[in-house]
Amino acid sequence: MNRLDARFAALKASNQRAFVAYIAAGDPTLDKTVEIVRALDAAGADVVELGLPFSDPLADGIVNQMAADRAIRSGTTTPKVLEMIKTIRLHSQVPIVLFTYLNPVYTYGYERFHHDAAAAGADGVLVLDLPHDEADQNAELKPCPDLAHIRLIAPTTPAQRVPVIAARAEGFIYYVSREGVTGAQSTIATGIGEMVASIKAATQVPVCVGFGISNPEQAATVAGMADGVVVGSAIVKLIEKHGAEPDVAAKVGAFVKPLVEAVKRV
Amino acid sequence: MSKPPSAYPDAHGHFGPYGGMFVPETLMAALNDLTAEYESARNDPAFQKELDFLLSNYVGRPTPLYFAERWTQKLGGAKIYLKREDLLHTGAHKINNAIGQILLAKRLGKTRIIAETGAGQHGVATATVAARAGLECVIYMGKVDMERQALNVARMRFLGAEVRGVTAGQATLKEAVNEAMRDWVTNVRTTHYILGTAYGAHPYPMMVRDFHRVIGLEARRQILEHEGRLPNLLIACVGGGSNAIGLFHPFLEDKDVRMTGVEAGGDGIIPERHAARFQGGRLGVLQGAKTWLLANEDGQIQLTHSVSAGLDYAAVGPEHAWLHDQGRAHYTYATDTEALDAFQQLARIEGIIPALESSHALAEAIKVAPQMSKDGIIIVNLSGRGDKDVAQAARMVFGEDLRF
Repeated sequence: MNRLDARFAALKASNQRAFVAYIAAGDPTLDKTVEIVRALDAAGADVVELGLPFSDPLADGIVNQMAADRAIRSGTTTPKVLEMIKTIRLHSQVPIVLFTYLNPVYTYGYERFHHDAAAAGADGVLVLDLPHDEADQNAELKPCPDLAHIRLIAPTTPAQRVPVIAARAEGFIYYVSREGVTGAQSTIATGIGEMVASIKAATQVPVCVGFGISNPEQAATVAGMADGVVVGSAIVKLIEKHGAEPDVAAKVGAFVKPLVEAVKRV
Repeated sequence: MSKPPSAYPDAHGHFGPYGGMFVPETLMAALNDLTAEYESARNDPAFQKELDFLLSNYVGRPTPLYFAERWTQKLGGAKIYLKREDLLHTGAHKINNAIGQILLAKRLGKTRIIAETGAGQHGVATATVAARAGLECVIYMGKVDMERQALNVARMRFLGAEVRGVTAGQATLKEAVNEAMRDWVTNVRTTHYILGTAYGAHPYPMMVRDFHRVIGLEARRQILEHEGRLPNLLIACVGGGSNAIGLFHPFLEDKDVRMTGVEAGGDGIIPERHAARFQGGRLGVLQGAKTWLLANEDGQIQLTHSVSAGLDYAAVGPEHAWLHDQGRAHYTYATDTEALDAFQQLARIEGIIPALESSHALAEAIKVAPQMSKDGIIIVNLSGRGDKDVAQAARMVFGEDLRF
């Protein structure tokens, strides 16, 4: 069993919700990313989503766009991110999902990417602009069992499409709770409970909810409705602010700890 | 190849290995709805009737196919005809598509229109049709393009559109598309995105092509009237490729008609100094489609450059990639200097100031017409007029800063 499935099985056994943290790999540098992942692990994050930067992240809001831009400018490339994951694996077994767009993966070589990422220690991949419909129709984008394929479901996903996506999901399903791009919001979206219930009616795969969650109150609310909570832009924003400081990893850990606690209390 | 070239795309938007729907899940339902509505509209005689009425009474079709006699004599080879899309309302071919899509938006019950624009011609066309339809309109435009196309920015504002400047990346067309797609992801229930070129996720490349096919259909009929035979060669500039595919498509089954698409060669084929995707590009996926694009070995999209904002884009429309692979169309490039020379030549000799985009196609005619026999016939798509480019060209040619 891979690290993702093992973690979700353990959470289920102890009736706990997952805390999933997103950060951009290479922001501010890959060395700092290693430290930040370690801090996230120590703070209790169950899964780390690592953004593999792309120059044109059209599903991301301004915070993640700027982080990808900083990562690219710091010299982050796909091979370097995979090397960094090997370094992380020397001292952490936190499940890692690569969160990216198709072009960097396709350019690296779709199959080769899966193989090398898994060998480096990654557990899953989420390609934002690769819906299952395209993956099904392109011989060169066939499923590679090396990595779990995390699937997105959105509020606009029609009811009849939900079970089709759910049937293809591995690791966990990422329910994008908001019509929009990534980014922290002051209020959480409505209708989450209903949509999560309809997804869970179609699959045993855990459902994590993200997009716009930035504080412990929101995290606790969402954790009450799903198997896990994803927090991204709020962490990335903190890294943007403190990236140049030597203790940025500690600051991330301190920020995440109350979020994890809020999720674990549910 | 079993199917003729005109039989593409397939039901999922693939032109051979190109095209498709590479978008976030949030947009899949909207794209599927749009595809269904478009299919229903194009089989609806009432829709076609309304579109035809507007094309002739509002847009100004048909456009002339003009024999450029003096220019033909000067070049001393094949006869050159110009398809005068520059004479359309708003000054370029872009309105053929904008008027079609606004009718679809109304059928879909959308109340808000968004679009991206590079040179500003598509933005102006969209603002125009949105004004006529009484719909709210937001246009995304790179800050760099807003500067070099200030006149079109003012036109859009007079037409009631909000022009939102985009500062990310190199602040040109690609970034404007990213921003428009982010807006669409956020407001998809109320908003229709009038994408302006034969690019993006299915059904856009097919739908935009279909709305521009009128260019080639008219040109085919007109050249038969003028000359009693089909042309030897079609030439059009290719950014995303909408004017080119509109001209080419109705001729695809005419095996003796050659076709040349002209990309932006910028300062020459040096990385980051051009936008010629078939020269030094690679296969990849950007903004919804799989196609040829300019990216580095890590898959990051490269900077592009062209004197013309409308051709300054890192990826080419998927159907052009397919026609390129099939050998049905040939793709070359013209540099900034060649385009600027053609711009001046047409103005002096024919009394027509062309858009800098269209000047790339004219530059190719300057190269090939003298090598063809005097019986040869070339149709060049004069996709837009050059008013918008006068300030920029004056700066480059006369060293004068005009203030509008």
